[in-house]
Amino acid sequence: MNDPYGTFVDSAVGKRLAKALGLPMPVQLRRHTPGAPLLEGPALVLGGTPAAEAAARLLTGWGVEVQTSRAESVKYAAVVACFDGIDTPAAIGETVLDLGGTLRQLATNSRVVTVAEDPEAASVAEDPAARAARQGITGLTRSLAHEMRAGGTANGIQLGDGVGLDAPGAAGALRFLLSGRSAYVSGQFLPVTTTAGRLPEDPDRPLAGKVAVVTGAARGIGAAIIRTLARDGATVVGVDVPAAGESLTAVVNELGGTALPLDITAEDAGARILEHCRSRHGRMDIVVHNAGITRDKMLANMDAARWDSVLAVNTLSQLRMNEAFLAEDAKDVVGEGLRIVTLASTSGIAGNRGQTNYAASKSGVMGLAAATAPLLAARGGTINAVAPGFIETEMTAKIPLLTREVGRRINSLSQGGTPVDVAEAIAFLVSDAAGGTNGNTLRVCGQAMMGA
Amino acid sequence: MTVTDATDSRPAVAGGPLRKAVVVGGNRIPFARANTAYADASNQDMLTAAIEGLVARCGLQGERLGQVAAGAVLKHPRNFNLTRESVLGSSLSHDTPAMDLQVACATGMEALGILADKIRLGQIDSGIGGGVDSISDSPISVSDGLRRVLLRLNAARTGKERLAALKDLRPGHLVPEPAGAGEPRTGLAMGEHQALTTHDWGVTRAEQDELALASHQNLAAAYDSGYMDDLVTPFRGLAKDNNLRGDSTLEKLGRLKPAFGRHLGEEATMTAANSTPLTDGASAVLVSSEQWAAERRLPVLAEFVDHEIAAVDFVDGDEGLLMAPVYAVPRLLGRHGLTLEDLDFIEIHEAFAGTVLSTMKAWEDEEFCRSRLGLDGAFGTVDRAKLNVHGSSLAAGHPFAATGGRITALLAKMLHEKGEGSLGLISVCAAGGQGVVALMRGR
Repeated sequence: MNDPYGTFVDSAVGKRLAKALGLPMPVQLRRHTPGAPLLEGPALVLGGTPAAEAAARLLTGWGVEVQTSRAESVKYAAVVACFDGIDTPAAIGETVLDLGGTLRQLATNSRVVTVAEDPEAASVAEDPAARAARQGITGLTRSLAHEMRAGGTANGIQLGDGVGLDAPGAAGALRFLLSGRSAYVSGQFLPVTTTAGRLPEDPDRPLAGKVAVVTGAARGIGAAIIRTLARDGATVVGVDVPAAGESLTAVVNELGGTALPLDITAEDAGARILEHCRSRHGRMDIVVHNAGITRDKMLANMDAARWDSVLAVNTLSQLRMNEAFLAEDAKDVVGEGLRIVTLASTSGIAGNRGQTNYAASKSGVMGLAAATAPLLAARGGTINAVAPGFIETEMTAKIPLLTREVGRRINSLSQGGTPVDVAEAIAFLVSDAAGGTNGNTLRVCGQAMMGA
Repeated sequence: MTVTDATDSRPAVAGGPLRKAVVVGGNRIPFARANTAYADASNQDMLTAAIEGLVARCGLQGERLGQVAAGAVLKHPRNFNLTRESVLGSSLSHDTPAMDLQVACATGMEALGILADKIRLGQIDSGIGGGVDSISDSPISVSDGLRRVLLRLNAARTGKERLAALKDLRPGHLVPEPAGAGEPRTGLAMGEHQALTTHDWGVTRAEQDELALASHQNLAAAYDSGYMDDLVTPFRGLAKDNNLRGDSTLEKLGRLKPAFGRHLGEEATMTAANSTPLTDGASAVLVSSEQWAAERRLPVLAEFVDHEIAAVDFVDGDEGLLMAPVYAVPRLLGRHGLTLEDLDFIEIHEAFAGTVLSTMKAWEDEEFCRSRLGLDGAFGTVDRAKLNVHGSSLAAGHPFAATGGRITALLAKMLHEKGEGSLGLISVCAAGGQGVVALMRGR
């Protein structure tokens, strides 16, 4: 555990005290280690539906021991509960109760993944019963995420019309949600709306052969992102403001990439990134718009400099760069399958006192992602947003103690996330295994109450 | 063994053709006035940082280069392998050989010239040349008297011999001797030497102040426009040269009292502003064959065409200490059939504003060019619009051995932007009456 309280409750005395007082009891989360098995125990697949059959097949292929009915005295590392094909809320109960009966048999850091069809799908737009059933699964999953214990998470996959769980994007989502890569993702849904995408040959190097650009790569979450993309096999280009050149140099030299000192608000930032990728690497497959700033002030005291600079760096620069990346004359560098991820924030979802400018910029990029998605879909690419919650960084370490303690506890995992947790979600979304998910915002917040 | 005719594939040293040496990229740390931002940084820290920035920019991690050549003018004896140690502390392959060399302020130029020649000859395919200097961390020596006592003490075997050695110790021996920029044979500081040359050539205070102001304004503009973004990597919290005063004015410069040549009285013209300050810093430039660069998709910015070294007798002769480049440039350009007019950019290192102005006046002087340079008439006039267009040492500062790398990287970028075939000249004067000049061609 990476904070004083977490260390205390991990001790014998702390454990007893926390239990007696009903205090939060965070556990060390299981995170991804290359080469480690996907799950540390058997998985239970419930529902008996086509998706359940696909899940069992996939899991077996991934080296996981699969059971389709609950056995006593077995500790399950994961449960996949499938609700595909249901057309009324009355049909949910049986599988839900099966799932409930399993909860006491879950191991530490377990995973529950619900699989249902997308309530937003066109096919049920005018079918109240079916839509009620599908949408019901979201409330069920979110509530279960709150009830999960000891580092366990519950998330859902939402299948679009004509998309089965065996579609690459759905299988990729299932693997991500079961793995240590999704340690700090809980109570969330990954809509898989197309059959596009491809599972990697080597699940530990899903980005092999790709060239990835990360902005704001010198420090904090950006440094974790570029390290994670490099670990997953990408050739990385680190972008940061020239003044951050010393840290950027250190990060890039550790990873064997190239450094591109650049102010992303410059008019020609997109062109310069393209030119760097064109001349040095011959291609550009992945862009992570991570660079961002905060200039907090209550709106009553907000001045133009604070408002404008936050919008300029966090949102406007991305609009301009994306335009350059998607232009006709960039097609020699930017292949067909460009994948973009932009960093949003839970502040942009729930709002945050003193952050009207920051929240505007971050909800802005979620809109940007949604509206850019069709453009990318037309050429086989995707764009998604990732919204981090309370992440332990140099920045959050400066928050006053009490506020910080509240911030890191008020989520279903009773702890702050790490920069790597955000980076893992991004590494998944820029991989071909996430090819069926487009225009979506994924929260990496441990199901924070804030922004719910 | 059958000997084939395929000499073209052989390096020049083995009978093949000479090939081109090209500049691929350059990097330096911001230069800092002595005892400021880098007061606690060693030469090795700074040179390593300059190399690391270049490695990151060009993606050279783990790469085995042909050779890294660099040096420092002021160097601790314990740093005898300064460059090799810096390579070992970098992300380059540790199988990259290195050498230390030293030609005073022209160290960086000579390092790059040697590497370029080796590349042309086919002995190496790539190299990093540069230099570093720290005034803040410069070595301090003990006096010769104390040194002899200590050496005798060390060699002594008996108590009696030790006492005898110590008996020769005198209080005056204990005064340390800082490393200085003075000329050993004349006892004059470099500035005092230049003050004589400046005076001889009738260079005015106004001319010098104008040149200094232009240097500051041009470099400040380069930073403001982002031109320096791919030439400089911040170090120890410093993002740009801290000697730079973009907001200076002729009035401010005019108020300064002379710092050198005070014996000239009213005719003293050299101030702290039109002379370079003592500075800490480091630079590194990547040079290679065209093939090596192409194989790594690295950009070819400019060709390092040729370089020339010269020396003048400032001790017994009557030439100025920093005038060697005046002799070297006509020889260099002459053998390529070029004149000053053929050049697109001219970089004359601003050791002092007076050095640049004396150099240009000498080239314009028919009598001087005939009698000293052996030319038919005046060598020519430097078009001021081509001179040090993004500022030079008066603004950036001058960490002795680092200046050559600073200018080479900058000029390579300028020539690349100017386009294929454009020509640029570098002129760097050095202590000891020496100087190294180089010719580069844009790609």
